[in-house]
Amino acid sequence: MPALGPRSPGRSRMERHVHRAPSVCLAGPGTITVQELPVKVKAPQGRAAWLAQSPREGSCPGLWHTSRRRGARKKQTCARPSRSGWCVTAAQAAVLPNARPKPRPQKSRRSCREKRQIPARMDSPARVSMGDAWSWQVHPDMESERRQPSFDVERLTNILDGGAENTALRRKVESVIHSDPVFSLKDNYFMSQNERYEAGVKKKFHLHMIAQRLGWSEHSREFRYAFRALTGDLALGLHHIFLKSLQSLGSEEQIAKWAPLCNEFRIIATYAQTELGHGTYLQGLETEATYDADTQEFVMHSPTLTATKWWPGDLGRSATHALVLAQLICSGARQGMHAFIVPIRSLQDHTLLPGVTAGDIGPKMDFEYTDNGFLQLDHVRIPRENMLSRFAQVLPDGTYIKLGTAQSNYLSMVVVRVSLLLDEINPLLEKACIIAIRYSVIRRQSRLRPSDPEAKVLDYQTQQHKLFPQLATAYAFHFMGTSLQEFFEESYSAILDRDFSLLPELHALSSGLKAMVSEFCTQGAELCRRACGGHGYSKLSGLPSLVSRVTASCTYEGENTVLYLQVARFLVKSYLQAQASPGSTSKTSLPQSVAYLTAPDLAKCPARRAADFLHPELYTRAWAHVAVRLIKDSAHHLQTRLQSGADEHEAWNQTTVIHLQAAKAHCYYITVKGFAEALQKLDHEPAIQQALQRLCDLFALHGILSTAGDFLQDGFLSGAQVDMVRSAYLDLLFLIRKDAISLTDAFDFTDQCLNSALGCYDGNVYERLFYWAQKSPTNTQGNPAYQKYLRPLLQSWRSKL
Amino acid sequence: MAVTMNEDLRRERASASFNPELLTHILDGSPENTRRRREIENLILNDPDFKHEDLNFLTRSQRYEVAVRKSATLVKKIREFGISDPDEIMWFKKLHMINFVEPVGLNFSMFISTLLNQGTTAQNEKWLLPAQGLQIIGTYAQTELGHGTHLRGLETTATYDPETQEFVLNSPTVTSIKWWPGGLGKTSNHAIVLAQLYTQGKCYGLHAFIVPIREIGTHKPLPGITVGDIGPKFGYDEMDNGYLKMDHYRIPRENMLMKHAQVKPDGTYVKPVSNKLTYGTMVFIRSFLVGEAARSLAKACTIAIRYSAVRHQSEIKPGEPEPQILDFQTQQYKLFPLLATAYAFHFVGAYMKETYHRINEDIGQGDLSELPELHALTAGLKAFTSWTTNAAIEACRMACGGHGYSHCSGLPNIYVTFTPTCTFEGENTVMMLQTARFLMKSYDQVHSGKLVCGMVSYLNDLPSQRIQPQQVAVWPTVVDINSPHSLTEAYRLRAARLVEIAAKNLQTEVSHRKSKEVAWNLTSVDLVRASEAHCHYVTVKLFSEQLLKIQDKPTQAVLRNLCLLYSLYGISQKAGDFLQENILTDSQITQVHQRIKELLTVIRPDAVTLVDAFDFQDVSLGSVLGRYDGNVYENLFEWAKNSPLNKDEVHESFYKHLKPLQSKL
Repeated sequence: MPALGPRSPGRSRMERHVHRAPSVCLAGPGTITVQELPVKVKAPQGRAAWLAQSPREGSCPGLWHTSRRRGARKKQTCARPSRSGWCVTAAQAAVLPNARPKPRPQKSRRSCREKRQIPARMDSPARVSMGDAWSWQVHPDMESERRQPSFDVERLTNILDGGAENTALRRKVESVIHSDPVFSLKDNYFMSQNERYEAGVKKKFHLHMIAQRLGWSEHSREFRYAFRALTGDLALGLHHIFLKSLQSLGSEEQIAKWAPLCNEFRIIATYAQTELGHGTYLQGLETEATYDADTQEFVMHSPTLTATKWWPGDLGRSATHALVLAQLICSGARQGMHAFIVPIRSLQDHTLLPGVTAGDIGPKMDFEYTDNGFLQLDHVRIPRENMLSRFAQVLPDGTYIKLGTAQSNYLSMVVVRVSLLLDEINPLLEKACIIAIRYSVIRRQSRLRPSDPEAKVLDYQTQQHKLFPQLATAYAFHFMGTSLQEFFEESYSAILDRDFSLLPELHALSSGLKAMVSEFCTQGAELCRRACGGHGYSKLSGLPSLVSRVTASCTYEGENTVLYLQVARFLVKSYLQAQASPGSTSKTSLPQSVAYLTAPDLAKCPARRAADFLHPELYTRAWAHVAVRLIKDSAHHLQTRLQSGADEHEAWNQTTVIHLQAAKAHCYYITVKGFAEALQKLDHEPAIQQALQRLCDLFALHGILSTAGDFLQDGFLSGAQVDMVRSAYLDLLFLIRKDAISLTDAFDFTDQCLNSALGCYDGNVYERLFYWAQKSPTNTQGNPAYQKYLRPLLQSWRSKL
Repeated sequence: MAVTMNEDLRRERASASFNPELLTHILDGSPENTRRRREIENLILNDPDFKHEDLNFLTRSQRYEVAVRKSATLVKKIREFGISDPDEIMWFKKLHMINFVEPVGLNFSMFISTLLNQGTTAQNEKWLLPAQGLQIIGTYAQTELGHGTHLRGLETTATYDPETQEFVLNSPTVTSIKWWPGGLGKTSNHAIVLAQLYTQGKCYGLHAFIVPIREIGTHKPLPGITVGDIGPKFGYDEMDNGYLKMDHYRIPRENMLMKHAQVKPDGTYVKPVSNKLTYGTMVFIRSFLVGEAARSLAKACTIAIRYSAVRHQSEIKPGEPEPQILDFQTQQYKLFPLLATAYAFHFVGAYMKETYHRINEDIGQGDLSELPELHALTAGLKAFTSWTTNAAIEACRMACGGHGYSHCSGLPNIYVTFTPTCTFEGENTVMMLQTARFLMKSYDQVHSGKLVCGMVSYLNDLPSQRIQPQQVAVWPTVVDINSPHSLTEAYRLRAARLVEIAAKNLQTEVSHRKSKEVAWNLTSVDLVRASEAHCHYVTVKLFSEQLLKIQDKPTQAVLRNLCLLYSLYGISQKAGDFLQENILTDSQITQVHQRIKELLTVIRPDAVTLVDAFDFQDVSLGSVLGRYDGNVYENLFEWAKNSPLNKDEVHESFYKHLKPLQSKL
């Protein structure tokens, strides 16, 4: 803790927030300098202030424009006593009169006092960002939300981080990242694909220099936090995947040879699996690796157009080496997929090596900073040692030796899937929730009562109904992901020692949760975007980028339908296993996550009142019931088809829709159960426990209402009980409302990291949106279309007006 | 190069059970419409002045420029070709603009139409011709930074100054800055601005004013006007959505549109006769949007289904060749209900357009009686179809796996171009609640003993109402899941029940001593549900009625299967409602699930032909995956080579960043 300096957990949110503000002022290019202020304050006010702009300057209020531009170069800053801050605000108020028509509440005077302490706190990471003068004040509508939190937000943040020391470390890393202009995300929305790529490479490079200086190792928490702070906006992301695969699939000697080269960036590596014609279906990949015993080499070859490797990140422009997944052919026999390290670009001048064709696959919805690429290999020869050989080997004479199960090749995919949940996918939903919920307390629209001022849109039941289930989902996945991570760490070392007993369950769990998390996060983020109305369509809201990024997760690392069906196979197998040996032994032999298949079941839900549905025990059992029923159903459908003489594979295909349904119910059950269990452990934090319990209840009940048919169909729930669920659900929305901002604050994403005009901590939405829009190149660069096309059109009219 | 058709697609087309040409005629309205549409399309395709470059590789600024160039050509060509029918202009634009997003579009769709609806004869004389000839370019500025759908909340003011006989337009706050209007950022030199009218010290609510914003000749913003582009968006790259701030900006009194309300030179306000008339424009735009929803979804389905017939993956039986992914049940289950939905929405759109024209004639004769219902219905249907379509396009994209994520698929573009429909022209939730308000009014009316007519007439039959005992028989006891008519009845029952539940919950909240508005808010989730059920019923009803109009038997059979699939799929998704209200039994729901899977198999051989019948040209699909000839992979590779990142073999960032990185670490 001492290393953290000014932060102490006891201080209120508000104070910290205000104190952290100026550090960005200091560091950020948007600094407003003291020298400029008097000039600007004297500037004509009101209408004149607008007219004072020379037309060349464009239409923006030049105060911000000029000061930001100059501020980038000047060192002396506004981090002076708050008077200067007020000056700016006053000048600004003149430019934008009545931005906030309501009288400022008392509280803000206190924060004003606190601002005087600003210079002493410059080393804390910044919460209110961008150095915008208005953000020294929290919007009163936001402030009122935080005035009486029902729990300690900081402590919830600590829980989410896995301990206060992690929170402290994370913020320390964030302060390093955010104080460095190279890492600024500000211009992201205005850059071309080429520029984004170049910035991504530059950032990656810069990050590694810093990491080296500060002694952060590749797998350290610091690195993870840096990645989070940078929203992963870095090139060479696949380098890391390569390393993970190497460590999962490579022999000790291979790891010893290649890992240091990677870590020192002597080589830049990628992982090339997907082909133009094949994705998730690994056996269908066409790239060949044919062993030539004479030279002890593998001949890597793409026999068809569809065998072209397609999509791997970093492949298009950056990588020097690729871990290529290919069909191993030795001594004339096909041995299935194996991984080979293939050099593709010269380490001298980066040109493509002979026999290699590679390039970028063109524009995508997002991931513009990554050069997803294609790769064709024309009889490229690599030494025998370049085949990763932890689980299979080819001896010099071409003898093939298998050292692991068929599933061992999937191991690296499991590794990646697990880490994706908490490091990549769920944070995107968390951010979408923060932005949408914060914006919803600032946006006022229509009146709830004719006599009232316009209401915050978050006070509308329909808005709560859109957003709170997403918030609940983000929390559910956080806790579920954490427990999956723990299970993974338990089983991973065993698997590396070639004990594969836990692999089937690990594979099923990670596949199912990857599919569910990516599906729900994608839908959730898009719902959040649309809940922001028109402004959610602007890239400046940050939401389009979150949506287009998270949606990729539904197909990468295993297409979701395929993954759900893998879970379904595991479920059917487990179910049949439980049926075959109904004794007590089967319970112990069933993997833990499906043990409920043999647990005693209720035929009818015992709930009598809406309040009964607020018991985790009750709704967890309800979910268990539905999941078991659907699994049974899907197994029986399959059996019936088989008994009526259908071919095994045809029977499977003809029952996949119901298998899908069963797998989804199973994943939902697992998540409800995991969330509820995680909350039981929070007894020592009753206030936090209560707030989260409501989210857990909401998550479970929202799921029931969305699939009410499944609960009604066998009479487990009665119509009256579904009504109770609905009424309990609506009551929860109301209860969660007052905690909504605290619950989003607890995720503790900095403004820089959110990079959203709508979602900043201070709530100054409209000012920021207006200001950011003016930085758009469409406003700062000329309008060639006018000169070329509009002018000729308009000319004929000139004389007549 | 000789174009050979992909073998899979050839087989698919050969196996169709119906003639797609006949279905195309039905979709276009008549064989004559189809012929004329194709004639216009060919005019464009054969004209060297229309270059169709791939927008995906261009920057935003370049895309804007291309769109402006195309608009300029368009004006000339429409005149040259003598096209004047609004539908034909629409066809023309759709093919030409591809995204149908054009910076000068607002000039025609909003500026001119508002002039026509709200301008006096004198005003039309002055402004209409120049606007039609694009001698001035206008836009329509309503939405503000702080307010959208809630019109009364708009803050821009227009204060009348009788001394100079001018209006003073002002944006008093940050939140009052006009924000989003298309064509405002860079293109327009005039805007129709909606502002709160103040005269003689009193506010008279929103009125429309013609405001010059840029100087003729230089195109520079006029003094007192701050105008610019609002920056990058999810889509609509070609459009310069803009902002506008006015600082005590003066315009002559004659610039207020005064067909309905007037301000006399001395400042006296004369109020309009009826405000229902403005409903007309909204109804028209919303009916157009429903048609657009159908078209966007039809495009997405065309791409996803053709690609699914070309792509082979995995195995159903070991040892056999990889099957087309369209043979997987899960893929059919993803796509065919969406295909059915595209057809359903097409018929809803056609119905709405027809109704609009019919009612417009009534309005012409002074009969406004049907307008409230139509207004309420179109609000809900706009929301219902756009929400569904939004999710459905995305589902089509995901059904194409990784390649759907690439811009080569065309699907990201269709999605980002379509998704604003959920918020513009009335945010969807607000639209649903408008429909709900009408439903509640109708319910109350029935409750107080008066019958209602039109699409809501089912409320007359509610058991709790029982005004006319003989109508109880209308409630079917057995739903036949193979009859579109019977399924329509099931949806009708569901709508009736959900409307009743919402109405009762609303009454309960009111009786708990809450104000009406608070009660409304606390029931709004139920109210939206009721509106959705109502719109769903209307859609199923219109689709099943359409079947009766089709002569050709094979075409009717294939559409009947789609209609059944649409209806049954909806039931399976909302099974809870049908079970809870005892409309269907447990075993019927099981049968519904089973029947859906059978229908997937039945529709499978016709799937490609069903999307062919939408008759999209490749250029308007803008998709490598959805090509008519199915030569996907070859063209994907060709397309990628055009990526700007592939311009040089070694990217400059290698020298700038990678090389130093390798040497320093």
